[in-house]
Amino acid sequence: MDLILPDFGLLVWTGLVFCLLMFLLAKFAWKPILNAVNTREQKISEALELAEKTKIEMQALKAENDQILKEARAERDQILKEAKEAANGMVEDAKGKAKDEAAKIVESARLTINSEKAAAMAELKNHVASLSLEIAEKVVRQELTSDDKQKALATQLAGEIKMN
Amino acid sequence: MQQAGKFSSLLQIIVFALSFFVFQPFAKASEEENFNVGEMIMHHIKDAHEWHIAGPEHGGTSIYLPVILHDNGFKVFSSKYFYHGKEVEVAGKDSLSFHYMEGVGPAKGYALFHEEIYKLNNNGELHFVGEHPHNASPTDLSITKNVASLLFGSFLILIIMLTVAGFYRKNGAVAPKGMAKFLEPIIVMVRDDIAKANIDKHKYHKYVPYLLTIFFFIWINNMLGLIPIIPGGANLTGNITITLFLAFCTLLVTVFSGNKNYWGHIFWMPGIPVPMKIFMIPIELIGILTKPFALMIRLFANITAGHIIVLALISIIFINKNIAWAGLSVPMALFISVLEILVAFLQGFLFAMLSALFIGAAVEEAHH
Amino acid sequence: MTGMFGSIAAIGAGLAVLGAGLGIGRIGGSAVEGIARNPEAAGKIQTAMIIAAALIEGVALFGVVVGLLGAKA
Repeated sequence: MDLILPDFGLLVWTGLVFCLLMFLLAKFAWKPILNAVNTREQKISEALELAEKTKIEMQALKAENDQILKEARAERDQILKEAKEAANGMVEDAKGKAKDEAAKIVESARLTINSEKAAAMAELKNHVASLSLEIAEKVVRQELTSDDKQKALATQLAGEIKMN
Repeated sequence: MQQAGKFSSLLQIIVFALSFFVFQPFAKASEEENFNVGEMIMHHIKDAHEWHIAGPEHGGTSIYLPVILHDNGFKVFSSKYFYHGKEVEVAGKDSLSFHYMEGVGPAKGYALFHEEIYKLNNNGELHFVGEHPHNASPTDLSITKNVASLLFGSFLILIIMLTVAGFYRKNGAVAPKGMAKFLEPIIVMVRDDIAKANIDKHKYHKYVPYLLTIFFFIWINNMLGLIPIIPGGANLTGNITITLFLAFCTLLVTVFSGNKNYWGHIFWMPGIPVPMKIFMIPIELIGILTKPFALMIRLFANITAGHIIVLALISIIFINKNIAWAGLSVPMALFISVLEILVAFLQGFLFAMLSALFIGAAVEEAHH
Repeated sequence: MTGMFGSIAAIGAGLAVLGAGLGIGRIGGSAVEGIARNPEAAGKIQTAMIIAAALIEGVALFGVVVGLLGAKA
C-alpha cells in the first residue's frame, strides 16, 4: 500500500533537486547547446542557399557565355562567307578582265593581222602587177619575134597568173 | 541461422557456468532460512535508509545514509543506529508478529518499521493497531536511497550536459565530437520531434528546456535503475513520489501556459448545445487532472514492473533452491534487462512527448 | 482474508492487462498495415502508434494500480 503513497521527505528533496537541476541545465547547458545547434543549422542553410544561388549564377553565366560563343561563331561564319564571296568576286572580276583583255588582244591581233594581210595582199598585188609588167615587158621584148611564140607565151603566162 | 543457434546455445552454457559461481553463496544462504520472494522484491523497489551493496539483507555490507528528522528542531544521525539497533518483536492480533528496529545512540526514542520512522510512545515501544503502528512520526527528510540516487543522477546529468555545453562554448558552432556527437541527435530529436511537432511553431522555444530536462532526467535515472550494483539499482523513477512530482510539473506548465482558447474549450465548449456545455465543465476539469495522473501512473508502473520482473526471474533460483535453474532464469532476466533498456528510453520519450502534447493543446490558437 | 484480497486483485490486474493487450495489439496491427500501405509515412505512423499505445497502457495501468491497492501489500 505504501508503494503507491508519496513520501513527504522524498517529495521535498525531489522538488529541490529537480528545480535546481532545471535551472542549472537551462542556464548553463541547454542555452549554449541549443544556441550552437541553431547557429550551425542557420550557417548550413545559409551555405546551402548560397550554393544554390551560385549555381544559378553559374548557369546564367554559362548561358551568357554560350550566347557570346554562338554569336562569335555566327559572326565568324558571316565573315568567312563574306571573305569567300569577296574572293570569289575578285577571281570572277579578274577572270572577266583577263578574258576581256585577252579578247581585246585577240581582236587587236586579228585587226593587225587583217590589216597586215590586206597590206601584204596589196603589196603582193602591186608586186604581182609589177612582176607581170616586167614579165610582160620581157615577154614582149623577147617573143615578139614570132607570132606563135608570142601567142603561146601569152597563154602560158595568163594560165600561170590564173593559177596563182 | 544455424550459426546463430549454435552461438546462442554456447552463450547459454557460458551464462549457466558463470551463474553457478555467482549464485552459489546466495543459494547456500537461502537454504538456511525460508526465502520470501514478495518481501525481497518489495524491499528492493521501496525506499530505504541504507544502500545495500552485498551480502545478506541484515548484517551484509551497506552504506548507512544520513537520517534527517524534523522533530522540535533538526536531528541528523547515521541510519546505522537503526540497522544496528535493538530488534524488537511485538505480538499483534491474529497471531501476527511485527519486527521493528529500535534506535540506539542518537536515534534513541525512534524506531524503524518497514523503512518508516516512528516515535516511541511513553512505554518505549510501538503500539500496533491493525497492521500499522499508531505512533506519531517525525517529519522525515532523510537522505534515503532514492534521495542519494536522485542526487547522484542529477549530478551525472549536470556533468554530462555541462561537458557538452563546454564543447560548444570552446569550439563554437562546429560539427560535434565525442559526447556532443552522441547527445546532439537526441537533443535535436527532443527539440524537433517532441517540441516542434506538438507545440505551435512560434511558441515551442519556451518549452524546449523543460522537455529536455524532463526527458534526460527520466532516461538517465531509468538507466541508472537498471544497473544492479551501486551507484545504480535504486528504483527512483519507479517511485510514485518522483513521478508525482514530474507529472505535477507538467500540470503546472500546462495550466499556466493555457490561453483563452484552451480555457474556452474547458468552460464553454463551442459547437455543442448549452446543457451539454454545462455538463462538460466538470468532465473537462477532471480531464486536466487525469492527463498528468496518467503520466504519473505510467512511469511508476512501467519502471516498477520492470524491476519486479527482473527480480522475480532471478528469484526462480532461490525459490527452487537449485542452482541449475540459473540456466533458465539468468538468460530470461538478461533478456528482460535488455528490453528494459528500450523501455527506459521509451518512457522518457513518452513522458516528454505527452507533456508536449498537453502543452501544445494548451497554447493552440483557435482555428475554426 | 488478506490472501483472498490478493487473489481478487490479481484477477483484476489480469483483466486490465487483457484489455490493454487487445487494444495495443490492434494498434500495432493497424500501424503495421498502414506502414505496409504507405511506407513513406512510417515515422508519423510510428509516433501516433506509440502515443495511442501509451494512452491505452495508461488506462490499463490504472487497473493494475487499483489491483495493487486491493492487494494491501
